[in-house]
Amino acid sequence: MNSVILQLAAKYLRILFLSFALIALVRGHNFPGGGFIGGLLAALYIVYDSLAFTTQQIKKELIVRPEHYIGSGLVCVLLSFLPSVLSGSPLMQGKWLSLDIPLIGVTKLGTPLLFDVGVFLTVMGVTLLFLFTLSTKK
Amino acid sequence: MEILLSALTGLLYAGGVYLILRRSILKFIIGIIFMSNATNLLVFLSAGIVPGQPAFVDDTMKDAELMADPLPQALVLTAIVIGFGIVVFTIALKYKFFKTTSTDDQDQLTNTDA
Amino acid sequence: MFIILILYLVLAFALFLIPTKLSKFNSLLIALFHLCLFTFFMTHLPDVTAGKSIDISYQWIPQLGLNLVLKLDGLSIVFVLLITFIGFLVFIYANTYMKSYTGTTKFFFYLTLFSGAMLGLVLSADFIQLFMFWELTSVLSFLLISYFNENEQARKAAFQSLFVTGFGGLCLFVAIILIGSIVDSYSLTDWMEKAHIIKEDSRYLPALILVLIGIFTKSAQFPFHFWLLGAMQAPTPVSAFLHSATMVKAGIFLLARLYPVLGGTPEWTQIVPLFGALTMLTGSYLAITQIDIKLILAYTTISALGVLVLLLGMDTKQSVKAAMVFLFVHAFYKSALFMLAGFITKQTGTRSVDKIGGLIQSSPMSFVIAMIALFSMAGLPPMLGFIGKELIYEAKFDSPWLSTVLLIIGVTSNIFMVTIAFLFLFEVFLGKAKGGTKKPPGLYKYLLISPGILALLSLGFGLFPDLLTQLVGPALNIIRSDDVQIKLKLWHGLNQVFFLSVFTVIAGISLFIIIYRHQQIIKVWQRVNNRLFSINFTKVFSTGLDKFIAFSRKNTHLIQHGYNRYYIITIIAFTSILLVFQLYFTRGWEIESAFTLQPFYISGLVFIIMLSVLMSVLSKNSLFTIVAMAVTGYGISLIYLYYSAVDLAITQIIIETLMVVMFVLLLRRLPKFVKLSSRNTKIRDALIALGFGLIMTVLALKAIHVDFNPSISDYFVQNSALKAYGKNVVNVILVDFRALDTLGEITVLSIAALGVFTLLNVKKTKK
Repeated sequence: MNSVILQLAAKYLRILFLSFALIALVRGHNFPGGGFIGGLLAALYIVYDSLAFTTQQIKKELIVRPEHYIGSGLVCVLLSFLPSVLSGSPLMQGKWLSLDIPLIGVTKLGTPLLFDVGVFLTVMGVTLLFLFTLSTKK
Repeated sequence: MEILLSALTGLLYAGGVYLILRRSILKFIIGIIFMSNATNLLVFLSAGIVPGQPAFVDDTMKDAELMADPLPQALVLTAIVIGFGIVVFTIALKYKFFKTTSTDDQDQLTNTDA
Repeated sequence: MFIILILYLVLAFALFLIPTKLSKFNSLLIALFHLCLFTFFMTHLPDVTAGKSIDISYQWIPQLGLNLVLKLDGLSIVFVLLITFIGFLVFIYANTYMKSYTGTTKFFFYLTLFSGAMLGLVLSADFIQLFMFWELTSVLSFLLISYFNENEQARKAAFQSLFVTGFGGLCLFVAIILIGSIVDSYSLTDWMEKAHIIKEDSRYLPALILVLIGIFTKSAQFPFHFWLLGAMQAPTPVSAFLHSATMVKAGIFLLARLYPVLGGTPEWTQIVPLFGALTMLTGSYLAITQIDIKLILAYTTISALGVLVLLLGMDTKQSVKAAMVFLFVHAFYKSALFMLAGFITKQTGTRSVDKIGGLIQSSPMSFVIAMIALFSMAGLPPMLGFIGKELIYEAKFDSPWLSTVLLIIGVTSNIFMVTIAFLFLFEVFLGKAKGGTKKPPGLYKYLLISPGILALLSLGFGLFPDLLTQLVGPALNIIRSDDVQIKLKLWHGLNQVFFLSVFTVIAGISLFIIIYRHQQIIKVWQRVNNRLFSINFTKVFSTGLDKFIAFSRKNTHLIQHGYNRYYIITIIAFTSILLVFQLYFTRGWEIESAFTLQPFYISGLVFIIMLSVLMSVLSKNSLFTIVAMAVTGYGISLIYLYYSAVDLAITQIIIETLMVVMFVLLLRRLPKFVKLSSRNTKIRDALIALGFGLIMTVLALKAIHVDFNPSISDYFVQNSALKAYGKNVVNVILVDFRALDTLGEITVLSIAALGVFTLLNVKKTKK
């Protein structure tokens, strides 16, 4: 499919879609959303993108290959276990850091967020890998 | 409402089983999707259905009894994503199978060695 | 003593580390090790003779009451000395014998391990431990028989021996567990103490029969004797060590070990001697007509094992004494003869009696050794064999049960033995040299060292039998708890036993003369035997096995037909039936919810989903099927949304979208639906499906009223905001409370993705 309107729309919608996915990820701890939903949303955008462009073009824009998303996601998950291990508490216990950021107010950053980021990256990578393998013509 | 939803679960199972028993592999895959949907629904229903009370808590404690049970929801959420992975894997298998044998018939798959 | 067993293991593996240049001394090294062990155990002999026993035990699995227990008492020291001494001689012999073969390191590895396992077996005082050593000897015997594994016969024989002894081993294991369950212990001391309880228990008879099957298979008793004949495919040192002196005696050892536990009952004294006598007679009778020298020896070994079983079964002081003496007699002459047979084969290049003759000219030394050993076998004075035979006759006279029948069988068998001994001697060593390339003894003269020593022992112990008394006495005290006075001498005076001996010898020699004068007799005899005993056990075994394999293959095909659908039908039908029973018996049929269509928009939604399910199932167009499937998925997500599962609903919607995209991506490359199933099949499948659906409906209705463990959910709800700082409980469960599960799930997902990736990209590399 080679539609100019679609391609143009895709370009501008990209920011919207991806920021939406990121918001879903970040607010997931308190409101509907989270790593699974965020990752899937991001992947969904790329599916939409792939309707507008060819898979080759998208692969270029992604900077790294989907396998690397999966890998980095799993690494994030493992990293999120580090603080609890290092501080001697049971594995996977959540550790939180209170930050007072101007304008936003008191924000709590914790290992579960890092964990969720890992889930996000993995789910997104997995879906992309599915998509690319299935749509590649041989 | 429970009876109707249970009947829906049962129908999904029936449809899934019927499709799984077909020789065409595409139908087989859709059968798997129905079965996984039905199972998700079954787990979800088994916690009891509570309309309009999602499991969100505030600093002000709400009574847990009134809220929907979050545990089966968490279970089903991951099950949905995993189910997706399995279905795509089966699709890939089917595609490979079709490529290799140029047939859609499962009965051609009776031998372990090609 | 544990260190000794560990040393064996270390030594066996160390063989592989010895550099190739030095590896020709491997065997001598192990021989030296055996000699050291022999002297070590000899130093313990005075203690043991004095009635002491050395016990060592370590805890192994205390939770199961299993210990490692070693016991050096009168009985085990007899076997230990035999194993180490004959092991010493066999390894010296094998050093020369195995020179012409390759892969000897492996051979000595097995043989060393075997020697260790055998030692462990006779030292065990815990029956589970004993069983493990028992099986180990079976496995090593298999490996040693199949040493020439490029030879098909050797492979078959090895498999056969493993099958038979393995079967017996399993029977023995069951028996051990049975007896263990009676006394609630596997230790020998407990069994001996509670022997009367065991004998009175109803499980005694089955346990006894199973033990005996184990013993009879190991010690090659009729009708399990045939594996020993196949085992002659092994290199001669193996035959001399395993299949005449040690492994086949493991059964005899166990019989003696269990004598205080199981022996002395009417069942024992009826079953055991019966098989012993049968084996004794068939072995010696069939030995006469054999041509292969190793097979002749194998049959006489079977006969001798029969004698031992018979004696231990007769349950008199005399018989047990005779058994212990005969154990030595047989070990000495039979190992010597096997080693000689190996020497003869090396010299002449054949094992057939017909092609060998006049060996006395080329190797007079071997003639002397053979004569001594064969006279011992025939029971002629002044050999040790004579003493053994006298004792056996004496025991049979004393037997309380069927003494006349036993005597007749025994004398007949011994007559055959005398005949065989002379036949062997005359056909192989005297007479004209027949064919066969005669090589000068040269290197092979070293092969005569070991049999020479054994033959000398046969003679020496015969002349000075008191030396043996020391060894046999303590063993007797262990087997029969009462004190047995033992005196061995060559000359017993002119009594009935002596006359019987004279008769045996005369009859044997006359039979020999008849056969030797008229060579055609033996041919006729062979033909008669072949007709009379047309059952070839080896053949019966192999065809039986083939039939069994064919049978199970047929049955496997019936169950494992390869049709996916029928597997699923089986699973679904079985699950349905189980669920019906389970629901009926635990929950009953009555439905606790009231039927209502309120609220209408949800019931309307449910109806739409149901319709789309039906459409998806029944549609003949694949695109419709997929669209209808998507409608189902979206509908379900709305249900989630209404019933307070917001995260679920979002996930379901996105996943459904992605799923449709994936399907569409592939659909254009796949064929259209083809009608594959007949109408009848469809109706059958529909019935199965509807039945299953109905049951699942009931299950769902019942499940609604079963609570998940509420404390878990309550805990999550209460602590979500307080401890995990999250308001969305579902998400907190996913990333915090149950993070390990989520980790597992995304790992599975990654693996699925990699699977898809490799599955579809493999073709690329192929091209």
